[in-house]
Amino acid sequence: MIVQNSPTLLQVRGLRASINGTEILKGLDLTVKRGEVHAIMGPNGSGKSTFAKVLAGHTAYEVTGGEVMFEGKNLLDMAPEMRARAGVFLAFQYPIEIPGVGNSQFLRLAYNTVQAERGQEELDPLEFDDLVREKMKLLEMSPDFLQRSVNEGFSGGEKKRNEILQMAVLQPSLAILDETDSGLDIDALRVVSQGVNHLTNKDNAVVLVTHYQRLLNYIVPDYVHVMSAGRIIRTGGKELALELEERGYDWIEAEAAEAAGALA
Amino acid sequence: MSATLDHLVNQPYKHGFVTDIESEVAAKGLSEDTIRLISAKKNEPDWLLEFRLKAFRHWLTMKDPGWANVKHPKIDFQAISYYAAPKPKAKLKSMDEVDPELLRTFEKLGVPVHERAALAGVAVDVIFDSVSVTTTYKAKLAEVGIIFGSISEAVQNHPDLVKKYLGSVVPAADNFYAALNSAVFTDGSFCFIPKGVKCPMELSTYFRINTEETGQFERTLIVAEEGASVSYLEGCTAPKFDTNQLHAAVVELVALDNADIKYSTVQNWYAGDENGQGGIYNFVTKRGLCKGVNSRISWTQVETGSAITWKYPSCILQGDNSVGEFYSVAVTNHHQQADTGTKMIHLGKNTRSTIVSKGISAGQSNNSYRGLVKVMPGADGARNYSQCDSMLVGARCSANTFPYIQVRNPSARVEHEASTSKIGEDQMFYFAQRGIDAEEAVSMIINGFCKDVFQQLPMEFAVEATKLLGFKLEGSVG
Repeated sequence: MIVQNSPTLLQVRGLRASINGTEILKGLDLTVKRGEVHAIMGPNGSGKSTFAKVLAGHTAYEVTGGEVMFEGKNLLDMAPEMRARAGVFLAFQYPIEIPGVGNSQFLRLAYNTVQAERGQEELDPLEFDDLVREKMKLLEMSPDFLQRSVNEGFSGGEKKRNEILQMAVLQPSLAILDETDSGLDIDALRVVSQGVNHLTNKDNAVVLVTHYQRLLNYIVPDYVHVMSAGRIIRTGGKELALELEERGYDWIEAEAAEAAGALA
Repeated sequence: MSATLDHLVNQPYKHGFVTDIESEVAAKGLSEDTIRLISAKKNEPDWLLEFRLKAFRHWLTMKDPGWANVKHPKIDFQAISYYAAPKPKAKLKSMDEVDPELLRTFEKLGVPVHERAALAGVAVDVIFDSVSVTTTYKAKLAEVGIIFGSISEAVQNHPDLVKKYLGSVVPAADNFYAALNSAVFTDGSFCFIPKGVKCPMELSTYFRINTEETGQFERTLIVAEEGASVSYLEGCTAPKFDTNQLHAAVVELVALDNADIKYSTVQNWYAGDENGQGGIYNFVTKRGLCKGVNSRISWTQVETGSAITWKYPSCILQGDNSVGEFYSVAVTNHHQQADTGTKMIHLGKNTRSTIVSKGISAGQSNNSYRGLVKVMPGADGARNYSQCDSMLVGARCSANTFPYIQVRNPSARVEHEASTSKIGEDQMFYFAQRGIDAEEAVSMIINGFCKDVFQQLPMEFAVEATKLLGFKLEGSVG
């Protein structure tokens, strides 16, 4: 929801980043205020997932220019774990399997680490169990998940639910969902979307990275951005997504190229 | 990121100090005279001197084994001293008379040598260089008929038992290092659990090499009679020296009908420095004989130290329905080399064996699993399950698996599973993205990886093993 006079949560200016010497992000700008839901769409290879990972601080990417302010602090100066503790959450496109590490143990450690950073109470295993079971109901997850190793042997849909469970437990102020809808059947998509909607409020914000308009029927964005060649080339309301669904990306890219030509 | 990983697995060695204590060290070199000297020092009966000399003569005809996947300069067996002992002031009657310097050494190492301070329920035999220093809870164990103490004492007090079982599982001529050990072994533990007795506490031996340029050749013999059971632990440390020291032990286990022996090792010999200078050569022969029906021998080892480890704790499953188990975690770092695994020899009917091996390599180390599963023609219905997992930390280390499977009975079932994984950037990033720092992440990953093995260790050892890996314990509830 767009909230009047809401404070800015994330301010990205001219962000450039590369991997193994290849520049992927080429001067990206984005402003996200508290309470808002942003969708980032765009063709394959436009840099959507790279943007998500760079915000979270993935070490494989080198930031070569621009700035990212999060709650008024320079996010790029912070180590990945410090960004997470400050409230930046990334739901992974491909969640990592961690054999031998119990899901509940992992969740509780993450929860207590974030709580400690916020100066709030840490929970012992029993107290945490109550909390996590409550959150699992929201996502229609079976308690068996807690006993299993993190993501090990999970189906694609289970992994995505597990990501949103982590989001529910950690309550980040900025959640970046990287293609959370991919690999989900229609029922799972509904459940996951309901979960995300339940978690959004006027103090936090969500950035959805997605290929398809489908997800946006369930999580309605305030803004839709189109990325191409490492930059955001068009921003609109939720109706832009419908237009993209109908017409594809070519026309926007063509218009953007024209506009750039006109400026030059 | 990999620099962080390196730092985490490169905890400094904490046991590398030398105790300044007056020792009696034999001149370097090995000959029949050396052996006669050792035998005389220990006031041994003639049959044992003969056992040693026979082994020595056979050893002279043998060659250093070259098949293991390890590299080291040729060992000069004449440059080693084969006997070192803290100089006894007089015959000791109680712990209070032991050299306080020696007691401080073991306190520093966290070994409970005082019974009152001991961990509840653990009896300890302490071996310093070549000699057993003390054994706790001896009297209490004797009440139920258990003999536990140094093998030197057992030779004096229970010669028939020692004579009956010594060399019965690992013959003197078994292999190069076993033959050497049979010739020159100085001390070790002896443990005898009589018929029907369940040992009421954990038995433990703590080995410490203190003197430079000595070899440690200990000999351990454990016998569990019909229906008896025992859990035995072994721990080892050594000071830091620039030179390599040789440790060539032999351990023999015998389990009669319905007997149960559980043998756990946490090996933390000095591994050498980060350039591969110094460290212990740990060339050990460990073998258990499941002699009786329904007997069971279980090996659990956590191998973290030594410049080179060469050991294959094995089970000979002779009795029908006998069970052999091997659970192993082997960690190598820097320039350490490990070639370790097990042998399961199925002779009896319906014999079963389980192998779970976890190898973790870091730095530029080389970690090999080598295991043999052999099913003989008479072993109807034999079953084996093997699981060998390797984990690589960083890009310069290596891991190998050499499974040998020989099946000569059509009713046998043998399964082998293997996997290799890597603590990679993506895994570390996943933890970081959930607010968990690198140290804790590695600790969780490693503990998760080793869980199947750590669960087999007695509580105190599981704790020590986890610490030994240089990582923090996982959360109190999984």
